[in-house]
Amino acid sequence: MQFLRMKPGHGEVLLAEGDVEITADEERLVAEFRAQLDAGMWAAVPTTAAAGRREARMVRSFEDIPRDAERVIFFPRAAGGAR
Amino acid sequence: MLLALFAVSVVIVALFWEISFPRIERWSAERRRRRERSAIEGYDPGRERRAEQRARQLLKSCVNEEEWEMYRDLGFIRVWGRLAGGPQEGVTANAAVAFGAPYAYLVYPHKPIVSYLPQTRRLLAEYCVAFPDETRPYGSARLPDSDDALAKWMALTGDERRLLDSANMHLPGRQVDPKAVQRDLWRLSEWERARTTRARRAARVPTP
Repeated sequence: MQFLRMKPGHGEVLLAEGDVEITADEERLVAEFRAQLDAGMWAAVPTTAAAGRREARMVRSFEDIPRDAERVIFFPRAAGGAR
Repeated sequence: MLLALFAVSVVIVALFWEISFPRIERWSAERRRRRERSAIEGYDPGRERRAEQRARQLLKSCVNEEEWEMYRDLGFIRVWGRLAGGPQEGVTANAAVAFGAPYAYLVYPHKPIVSYLPQTRRLLAEYCVAFPDETRPYGSARLPDSDDALAKWMALTGDERRLLDSANMHLPGRQVDPKAVQRDLWRLSEWERARTTRARRAARVPTP
């Protein structure tokens, strides 16, 4: 599983990578996930629905991430634009 | 006589001010924006281009093939609305209209999301939303264009209500020119027609 983060002036950066079936990797991923959410990021997992249609699944906790997910993408939380 | 002349000159000045004020305001805002842009320290156009290329690859790897081609060719992505029982996944635009798809969005990079009725092309609202990265790694909080479009796509397909709750909703025309959106909807319909025709032709070509 890869944790990617969108970054201005860079595109995505790889934050962490690991196998969730390995305890040490999972702990590292959990810590990184919490750090990103604490930093105000939103997290999404790109998925493919039953009909083959692609969509995203927003996740708010590490347990929400499907075990077989390949990527979790972090991006800054939405803020209302021009008033 | 003098009083009349004075009154006329006051009226002239007032009219002139009325006409020129919006122009002065626009010029001043543009000047301010230009100054802010150039004030970003360490702005590197090459780095921004590379960032955009990376962002495009990420976008391509996440969205559907049709959505990627739409973005590549037209510069925006249409996302069907899901809060009112929209069309099922994998439904084409024509079928969606036939089934009465309630509404859809046009997702532009760094512009408000525009919702509309696919049946009538009537614009419903603008959702002004941004994803500012306040860590400002290179002096700017602005994501590359394709990352911004992908963030909107993920948030809309993943949790539409949460995104809309975060956005400032306005009537159409606040930031995006309704005529430009109508033109984009026309371009989208032409693009879909051409794409369908190409797909039909490709399906008819006998394999050797």
